[in-house]
Amino acid sequence: MRSSVIIFPGSNCDRDMDVALKKFGFKNQMVWHNDQSIPKSDLIVLPGGFSYGDYLRCGSIASKSKIIKSVIDFANSGGLVLGICNGFQILTETGLLNGILQQNKFLNFICSNVYVKVKDKQNKYFKDLKKDVLELHIAHNEGNYFCSEDELKLLEDNNQIAVTYCGKDGTENETSNPNGAIKNIAGIFNKNKNVLGMMPHPERMIDKYLSGEDGSLFFKNILDNFK
Amino acid sequence: MEVTEAVAIDHGLKKEEFSKICELLKRTPNLTELAIFSAMWNEHCSYKSSRKHLKKMHTKGKQVIQGPGENAGVIDIGDDDAIVFKIESHNHPSFIEPYQGAATGVGGIMRDVFTMGARPIANLNSIHFGSPQHKKTRNLLRGVVKGIGGYGNCIGVPTIAGQTTFDESYNGNILVNAMTLGLVNKNKIFYSKAAGLDKPVIYVGSKTGRDGIHGASMASATFDDKIEEKKPTVQVGDPFTEKLLLEACLELMADNSIIAIQDMGAAGLTSSSVEMASKGNLGIELNLSEVPCREEKMTPYEIMLSESQERMLIVLEKGKEEHAKKIFDKWNLDFAVIGKTTNSKKIELVFDNKKVAEIPIDLLAENAPIYDRPWKKTKLPQKLKFDKDEFKSLKLSDCLKKILSNSNISDKKWIWDQYDHTVMGDTIQKPGGDAGVVRVHGTNKAVAASVDSSALYCFSHPLTGGKQIVCESYRNLISVGAKPIAITNCLNFGNPEKEKNMGEFVECVEGIIEASKYLDFPVVSGNVSFYNETKDKGIKPTPTIGGVGLISDYQQMLTMDFKTEGNLVYVIGKTDGHLDQSIFARELLNEKKGPPPTVNLFNEKNIGETVLDLSRKNLIVSCHDVSLGGILTAVSKMCIKGKKGIKINTLKGLTNKYEYFFGEDQARYIIEIPKASLMKVNDILNKYSVHFDELGTVNGQSIEYKDDINLPIEELEDAHKYWLKKYMDS
Repeated sequence: MRSSVIIFPGSNCDRDMDVALKKFGFKNQMVWHNDQSIPKSDLIVLPGGFSYGDYLRCGSIASKSKIIKSVIDFANSGGLVLGICNGFQILTETGLLNGILQQNKFLNFICSNVYVKVKDKQNKYFKDLKKDVLELHIAHNEGNYFCSEDELKLLEDNNQIAVTYCGKDGTENETSNPNGAIKNIAGIFNKNKNVLGMMPHPERMIDKYLSGEDGSLFFKNILDNFK
Repeated sequence: MEVTEAVAIDHGLKKEEFSKICELLKRTPNLTELAIFSAMWNEHCSYKSSRKHLKKMHTKGKQVIQGPGENAGVIDIGDDDAIVFKIESHNHPSFIEPYQGAATGVGGIMRDVFTMGARPIANLNSIHFGSPQHKKTRNLLRGVVKGIGGYGNCIGVPTIAGQTTFDESYNGNILVNAMTLGLVNKNKIFYSKAAGLDKPVIYVGSKTGRDGIHGASMASATFDDKIEEKKPTVQVGDPFTEKLLLEACLELMADNSIIAIQDMGAAGLTSSSVEMASKGNLGIELNLSEVPCREEKMTPYEIMLSESQERMLIVLEKGKEEHAKKIFDKWNLDFAVIGKTTNSKKIELVFDNKKVAEIPIDLLAENAPIYDRPWKKTKLPQKLKFDKDEFKSLKLSDCLKKILSNSNISDKKWIWDQYDHTVMGDTIQKPGGDAGVVRVHGTNKAVAASVDSSALYCFSHPLTGGKQIVCESYRNLISVGAKPIAITNCLNFGNPEKEKNMGEFVECVEGIIEASKYLDFPVVSGNVSFYNETKDKGIKPTPTIGGVGLISDYQQMLTMDFKTEGNLVYVIGKTDGHLDQSIFARELLNEKKGPPPTVNLFNEKNIGETVLDLSRKNLIVSCHDVSLGGILTAVSKMCIKGKKGIKINTLKGLTNKYEYFFGEDQARYIIEIPKASLMKVNDILNKYSVHFDELGTVNGQSIEYKDDINLPIEELEDAHKYWLKKYMDS
């Protein structure tokens, strides 16, 4: 499976994503934000970091960058687009995903392991995933997902909520919500479920010496579904 | 403006220093020249009070590639890999403006490391605040933590370990020491020594603004009531630009275009240009009209003194200008040829086609004043005679809970949760352990690092304190299974013009030297911060040691959490029960006098090597050094982290349980041993003639000791984990 990771000035999880993708067998390429086009890919990843310094609003300037038109075209033609952390923020700024990411409820940056519940498996990311609850890792200051009531209803009706923060046993409540996100939302899809944005970093959880290994399941599953 | 003695004094120079300048120059300097002298001759840049003593540091070793004197120290970790590291203070600015002060501290130290061609792979910090009751403490702590996180998180370098303490002596002067480790190929290290004539001098990075002017002089003076007025001397950081600068510099460093490179840190363009020329024994000519400026009508004086962040000065190979410019254009950074190297051995500044300054380099560097300041020895305090009958009213379990929730012992998760400690995907030991550990990307190796200081011990007896911190750093590295290699130090002291403070400095340094020699744990970089004093009240002497060690196979890394029920727990090293200067004495007896625990370097080395041997042979499964709070505190942390209890044996020949459990004797570790390894462990302990106590067995969900202690882990955790969060929320 061919993948491309876009590097914006200020991206800082681009290498980690490259390492993770290659570890599981993706043929990955790095693409510079000022490029006009993206090499032929089956998956485009917008990595975490602080694109353009997070100035103006997180993800806002990246959503107007040169490369982004190709990303939008690719998404609209049904290609898989994955945005992690800052990548998720960029996707909401482009309008490919609904809603916004506000500052965390307790106003602090949070770097911590979290559990997320997989809410929908009828998509190319989570189909046939063996676990319902994954242990992943978050590291962000603006991960507090918010959207209007109408948008939320649409997300729920179309099963566009991808993952929600939960406890180890899968319970979703206020204590298992690290940043105040509405309905504990940690990640969402677009309507066609080819675009996924999520705050947790699967690329930081890919071997047992790191914070955990559930990120491996995530990447392997994408590959399995592609075959 | 006419330069007079009064103007010189306003610039932080002493009367005698001004006369010396006039004498050396054989004329009165103009204002720009005076500014350059004041920047180069202040304590922060010239090390004029400390140099005499720092010279004696133990700085050489088999694995040392570069010792003190460069942007950072470099050590060899095999296979052509080298680690570049340094610690630096940003105390004064952080007290005036905690967010920016701390943030630019982190930015500055990272630049020191990537200037040498290394990609930063880990950050650490040692931060010290006033009493929790002091009205400024909470906000300063919040600002500093946010600043450190704001900068490091944005660059994408994990913050893997740290230390936070509270003491009333920091009420008017907090300490913020930041450390960075970088990874470089040992054949591709870049230095700051210029070479060759007529080579282009390049300015890259951010534009120059009026921020931070006189920053280095501010950091070389004590504080008074008017510190609020000093806010404009604090630099403002932009981590985004630094991230771009990092990537651009590393890209340019991939080929052979750079002759020398130096970041513009304290005293900005002045110190960077003078240092490069001085090291290369050359002259340098700068055309200040070419310097990219952020503000209009900046004068040569301002340009030379600005401490705007995220700037670098490079001496480039001739003909490489276009190639280099292309890289900096790609990263949207300023790039300007602002001068050249010359054979004049002078710094010559031109502005608007007029020469505005001309100073022989050696007057600024080698001829800078060096002081042999008078100092006073601190006598070893008399050992206290505790009234042990008084102890009897204290319940062991209450004492333990009180100690675990002490501000200096309690868990600092509230802080490190705000630091990205997992970015780069190689952090295998997070903050909260004895040392942070990151893998050397793509290899089996891992690097461990820790920061330590013991102001209370150093205050009580500087010589012992100096030795103790080096040993503590050594132990922390060994506790995670790393072989200690080298240290960096940040020497935070009061006013060197006072004999007592100068004495504290001299004796702490002596202690550091003695221990680092004995343990073969050389000092490869560091910095000195004097004048941590407000209205005549100085801080307790706080040398901070940043230690770095190597784990050749990261699968052998150790952690402190208890692993398996039924495993045996030993205390390695002898416990005499030294309570003077302990947390127990302070917290429960309100006793602050007495000497710190004795440091026995033979024991430190022998016991350290024993533990390392045990870990290399995979005979132990967890390890933790015993430090503040003694055995019971150490064991509690192992229980909390492992979510497992311990049944402590009835100890034979125990004279006093309080002394045994809370004494802070040095050179001790606690190890967890699987039953199957026991015989081999005993053999090795005997081979090294190391004293050990069979403390107990990993068991159940509580700490149990006879009828004295029966504390469930949740209760320990409550005492230990939430003090800081509650404090910050209140």
